[in-house]
Amino acid sequence: MAGNSPGGAVGKSATGLSPRLLLVAALLAAFIILGSAAFLAVELHDNGKGVAGTMLGSAIGGPFTLVDQDGKTVTNTALEGKWLLVYFGYTHCPDACPTTLNNIALALHDLGAQRDEVRPVFITIDPDRDTPQVMKDYVTAFDAPILALTGTAAEVTQAAKNYRVYYAKHPEAGGDYSMDHTSVIYVMDPKGRFTASFTGEDAPKQIAERLKKLLT
Amino acid sequence: MRALGIMLLVTGFVLSASAVSAQTGQLEVDNAWARATPGKSATGAAYVTIRSPTADKLVAVSSPVAKKAELHTMSMSGMVMKMRPIAGIDIPAGQAVTLQPGGTHIMLVGLAKPLQTGQAFPLTLTFEKAGSRTVNVAVEKIGAMGPTPAAQH
Repeated sequence: MAGNSPGGAVGKSATGLSPRLLLVAALLAAFIILGSAAFLAVELHDNGKGVAGTMLGSAIGGPFTLVDQDGKTVTNTALEGKWLLVYFGYTHCPDACPTTLNNIALALHDLGAQRDEVRPVFITIDPDRDTPQVMKDYVTAFDAPILALTGTAAEVTQAAKNYRVYYAKHPEAGGDYSMDHTSVIYVMDPKGRFTASFTGEDAPKQIAERLKKLLT
Repeated sequence: MRALGIMLLVTGFVLSASAVSAQTGQLEVDNAWARATPGKSATGAAYVTIRSPTADKLVAVSSPVAKKAELHTMSMSGMVMKMRPIAGIDIPAGQAVTLQPGGTHIMLVGLAKPLQTGQAFPLTLTFEKAGSRTVNVAVEKIGAMGPTPAAQH
């Protein structure tokens, strides 16, 4: 409050040190987190065969029971046998989610005949709005055979937890809300093991190149 | 030497004249485009490029195709994607501000009908000083990252 009045300058200098220290600490923490995330990303991208079977590989993924766009129950084991590109998002997301799903579709095109070995999976973290029908309408708009999964709030929470996906409702004016969510494409091998990851910013070409290496 | 001097003078004059016309020009909005919306999704995103000779601020947006239009930023913190409404977008003098996927966008909430590729719709942008501008927004493909070249000026 005092910061808005002319006298605020005095108050600021008296307490100036602690916010500055806090800022430095926050920047440092952010740097360390970003640094380790970057390191992790580099590790994942550099190793041609990915992390399947390693400790890191077993940290992501796990059992889920969800419902697909046709209302059929789908479990993680039912999806084994194909490579999966698993992405958590929601249909009311106008910017990041369509970009990512479209990038996946373009990457699959680049794969040529190998595309049949890969199945994109879109799991909603907004089951309140994303019913199977809503999910079906949404994914059919993309030029890829995307498996769209939703479920009860508990089922979705379980799936997200296993994939280390963070999500939270962010209320907005007028009763609307948006969802904060981890935006990562997880590559699972045909045995259902986490192998590599992409971010929403990776270009379709990069994704395709990486997948080709993994698939051969 | 003299001819060169005159040429330089003339060139200088032409350059400064065009610079002046750009300087005295009005705020302009172009490259307006939106993404087609998948399925029955009632939420869409539109993008524009804004240029203004003087500093201004985009403070409101509206369109007859949506119940409301908001300014939103999309940011990544760590691997987490967050979308937040913002009160306005500063337009610095003489510097183009381009809204694009992965950054700031105009969020269309409560679309009456899905936006389909090839369609167009009006969008009104209100600026603090320049007042309102209504532009025609071209609807591009679902995952488009920019307007098709034909839509660019």
